[in-house]
Amino acid sequence: MALYSEKVMDHFRNPRNVGVIEDANGIGEVGNAKCGDIMKMYLKIEDDIVKDVKFETFGCGSAIASSSMATELIKGQPVSEVEKLTNKAVAEALDGLPDYKMHCSVLAEEAIQSALEDYRKRSGKDI
Amino acid sequence: MIYADNAATTKMSEAAINTMVSVANANWGNPSSLYTHGQAAKEILEKAREDIAGVIGAAPREILFTSGGSEADNQALRSAAALGRKKGKMHIISTAFEHHAILHTLEALKKEGFEVTLLDVHENGIVIPEEVDAAIRDDTCLVSVMYANNEIGTIQPIREIGNICRKKNVLFHVDAVQAVGHIPVNVVDDNIDLLSASAHKFHGPKGVGFLYTKKGIALSNLIEGGAQERGKRAGTENVPGIAAMAAALKEADEKMKENALHLTKMRDRLIKGLGEIPHSALNGDAHQRLPGNVNYCFEGIEGESLLLLLDDKGICASSGSACTSGSLDPSHVLLAIGRVHDVAHGSLRLSIGEDINESDVDYIIQSVKDVVNYLRGFSPVWRDLMSGKTEFIL
Repeated sequence: MALYSEKVMDHFRNPRNVGVIEDANGIGEVGNAKCGDIMKMYLKIEDDIVKDVKFETFGCGSAIASSSMATELIKGQPVSEVEKLTNKAVAEALDGLPDYKMHCSVLAEEAIQSALEDYRKRSGKDI
Repeated sequence: MIYADNAATTKMSEAAINTMVSVANANWGNPSSLYTHGQAAKEILEKAREDIAGVIGAAPREILFTSGGSEADNQALRSAAALGRKKGKMHIISTAFEHHAILHTLEALKKEGFEVTLLDVHENGIVIPEEVDAAIRDDTCLVSVMYANNEIGTIQPIREIGNICRKKNVLFHVDAVQAVGHIPVNVVDDNIDLLSASAHKFHGPKGVGFLYTKKGIALSNLIEGGAQERGKRAGTENVPGIAAMAAALKEADEKMKENALHLTKMRDRLIKGLGEIPHSALNGDAHQRLPGNVNYCFEGIEGESLLLLLDDKGICASSGSACTSGSLDPSHVLLAIGRVHDVAHGSLRLSIGEDINESDVDYIIQSVKDVVNYLRGFSPVWRDLMSGKTEFIL
């Protein structure tokens, strides 16, 4: 059996939405290089819809795949839906992750929630 | 496929496979049985012992067959500790970058009351003999230093350390798993009391190894239950595996000079080529290292993704990143030579084999350059380094 599912390998080999959004209105960065994983999410939100999302990741195969899948799951979605995104949803969409790699999906969830928080702060929608 | 992970395991040699099959076919008797068929297996066993002893300068009765390097390490340390305890000597010296078969056994011994000093291996990954000398106390019962490191390949001044131990009357164990069959090892010249080796690191089969114990040193058993191996290791001997190990070692020994010459050339070509990657650094001394070992750190990337993409290009390698170890910490070896976590995660070990050629090496260099470049392209760590937000370490 391979280490990762085919879906993980696909998103790792061909990550979707890689890069930077210059005029992003929500940016979140989580993790640290000491532990070996850093994810940075850029959101462009208009009319409460995620119009565009991009990511940069320093990390292992499942960290890159989790970031990629998370961006796919939220692109075009209303903020109210994005708020509900869980690491479980990311892992399930990837056809599962090895137990000791589940933290990569957690990081993806946290990166997106952190970018949303930044968006709320910037747009004065902070509760 | 280019296999560059020979420090993990090697492909069995033809001689080893042929020996294994022929012994399994013809000499499957139990060497402890008294009838001819059993004694024929015993003869093969003893011939293997002689051959192996001959290669490392030992006497046949000083060779004990084990299930591999880890068992040999465990038994060597346990035995020396038991001898020490009898004399009230409860201090052991080793190094910070030993294999876990050593480090974990030392942890266990600590819980049993032993005190352990782990010596610094410095930036170049080499122990300084004078520091061993200075660390030896009246209650030191054992010094254990690996011959060559399994990750960064650095070769230790074993002979000098052995000389110091002899003078101070302290037992000296050497984990030579990465060295035997690759560089000259002679237990007499090197002043070694106990030495561990593993067949699958020199083109022999997995699951078999040996422990050399200088005559007069009493071993403690790890496995009880029979009179095999002069009562020091119970269990019916793995005769086909042991015979294959001897065949592999004899061949490795005969070709050692020629292999080392070729490998050193290929290694140095790799080191030079990979050194062209900006913000990279070779781990371990550039010269005092195994002929087939190359180990680099690349700033701004993580090792597992590097390995996966190299695998896609048909290259088998390994890394000391946390993600490949299943823990949050990167390799203890890289930390021991002073690499910080951030950089240690981006390491690559290439341990090449004798069949590698120049075009393979050039292909590896180009592939690593491409993959490192690609991964840096979307690494937030690399972005921060390039923009000056954080400072380069390498």
